[in-house]
Amino acid sequence: MERPYLKIDHVSKTFQRGGAVSEVLKDVTLVINKGEYVSVIGHSGCGKSTLLNMVAGLLPVTSGAILLEDREVNSPGPDRAVVFQNHSLLPWLSVYDNVKLAVDKVFSGTRSRAERHEWNMHNLELVQMAHAKDKRPGEISGGMKQRVGLARALSMEPKVLLLDEPFGALDALTRAHLQDSVMQIHASLGNTVIMITHDVDEAVLLSDRIVMLTNGPAAHVGEVLEVGLVRPRKRLELVSNSQYIKAREGVLKFLYERHRFVEAA
Amino acid sequence: MSLPLFKNDEPLVKPAARVLSLPARLQKRNLTFGPILRKIATAVVPPLVTVIALLLIWQILCDKPGATLPAPTVVWKEAKDLIVDPFFVYGTQDVGLGWRVLVSLERVGIGFGFAAVAGILVGCLIGQSDWAMRGLDPVFQVLRTVPPLAWLPISLAAFRDSSPSAIFVIFITAIWPIIINTAVGIRNIPMDYRNVAAVLRLNAFEFFYRIMIPSAAPYIFTGLRIGIGLAWLAIVAAEMLTGGVGIGFFIWDAWNSSRLPDIVVALVYIGLVGFVLDRMVGFLGNLATRGTAAS
Ligand SMILES: Nc1ncnc2c1ncn2[C@@H]1O[C@H](COP(=O)(O)OP(=O)(O)OP(=O)(O)O)[C@@H](O)[C@H]1O
Ligand SMILES: [Mg+2]
Repeated sequence: MERPYLKIDHVSKTFQRGGAVSEVLKDVTLVINKGEYVSVIGHSGCGKSTLLNMVAGLLPVTSGAILLEDREVNSPGPDRAVVFQNHSLLPWLSVYDNVKLAVDKVFSGTRSRAERHEWNMHNLELVQMAHAKDKRPGEISGGMKQRVGLARALSMEPKVLLLDEPFGALDALTRAHLQDSVMQIHASLGNTVIMITHDVDEAVLLSDRIVMLTNGPAAHVGEVLEVGLVRPRKRLELVSNSQYIKAREGVLKFLYERHRFVEAA
Repeated sequence: MSLPLFKNDEPLVKPAARVLSLPARLQKRNLTFGPILRKIATAVVPPLVTVIALLLIWQILCDKPGATLPAPTVVWKEAKDLIVDPFFVYGTQDVGLGWRVLVSLERVGIGFGFAAVAGILVGCLIGQSDWAMRGLDPVFQVLRTVPPLAWLPISLAAFRDSSPSAIFVIFITAIWPIIINTAVGIRNIPMDYRNVAAVLRLNAFEFFYRIMIPSAAPYIFTGLRIGIGLAWLAIVAAEMLTGGVGIGFFIWDAWNSSRLPDIVVALVYIGLVGFVLDRMVGFLGNLATRGTAAS
């Protein structure tokens, strides 16, 4: 087998505030191959965002290490682009300029102005947002904002794309629409993706593997499920697919039988 | 503050809906002009009535023998040239109030300009760095309570000249609200924007003008607006003491030569200019922060 692309190696995270120490993640180990789509699922507050932010470099690890192509991750950078849960577009910039900020920053040395413009538009077209390029984020819908956030992340040509509940705040229809977009983009670009989600169906539909975290505190990888469904996947055909149903059942059992959410925790 | 008035006016457009049921063409002309005229009228008439009423009361109170203050008619009679021609020049010290206001405005412009630049930079520093905050904030909280004029003797001693002293007083008066509001704005930059900047590896300068300034702009303009108001308050007082051609000294001079009507006219000028300054900064703020409020 090939060398691991992204390696999360015995990573633990504790937060310290005043005298209080809380151990959020303990000994999380995970190896992700190039081009793989991995979902992380777990109950609220178990430390999913914390894990993703550490891969992004936005939070330091307490112990252990995160290696991307054998190099340790210890600061944020455009090779690990994040799509945040609440889009986090800059409201004073137009849709085009939000993407431009990223494109200019990443490619100012290597591409001409015209090439950058083309690349900018290419990414907006990829998420079907080119028509709204001059609108401000305040003037477009939540789903559209997430699309632009995705375009911004894709435009950096990241080695790893990090999605923190990218569709969490959207209605079911918009959600399905965006999931299809992400599937298409993943199929054509072959990105390596880590996606956090609460949604079992979403995880099974999109991922190659589903990583299930145990409940916090001191959450760790409880189980990893290989989805193994062939791509391209069609939402409607999967409904009655036995493999799909089995995968779904596996995740549900993990979440609601073995690691039921305890209110007090 | 006229904003609520403006909003109340909006329902006035409603009659346009009636067009559907009224096929007559004549009605259309009324509808296009009616709302605009009425809008103007609702904005102008109430303050006009208030002013007339105030003038009347003032006239009644001061229009008797032995009154200590001049009545409006007396002001009009004795200070007519000041009122009708703001830009006359009869001699180096005998110029229209328009010129005097311009001289004062120049001082305010310089002092306030420095205060704006320095205030925003220092505010950014305090907002961004916990250590700068801990070190500077207590000192600033004390200094900002010092009344503007209390700075004047020190600045006169330091600059040995009245004009830079007056400018310094403006600077020191206007800078505190700018610093404090900017710092609050910087502290309130959402973590998400900081994360975006971190992922993009924006350098300090890019972060400053791409994220900090636009994100904190509403706060910064609040500070600037308070600052310009204070600066205008302070210039009049400072000029009373430092002399020169400004509007503040004019009042002091008029008082010394017992020209009360002139003082009344000068007060009106000061009020109007202060009002315009406030509105200008407010307008610029609205213009600059159009997109920032919505997310
Ligand atoms: N900066 C911090 N300081 C202290 N504790 C923190 C900090 N950030 C997160 N935590 C704690 O770490 C735990 C995990 O938080 P995290 O945001 O990673 O959860 P999550 O799995 O993403 O939850 P959700 O699904 O609700 O987004 C929580 O209990 C939270 O209180
Ligand atoms: Mg989270």
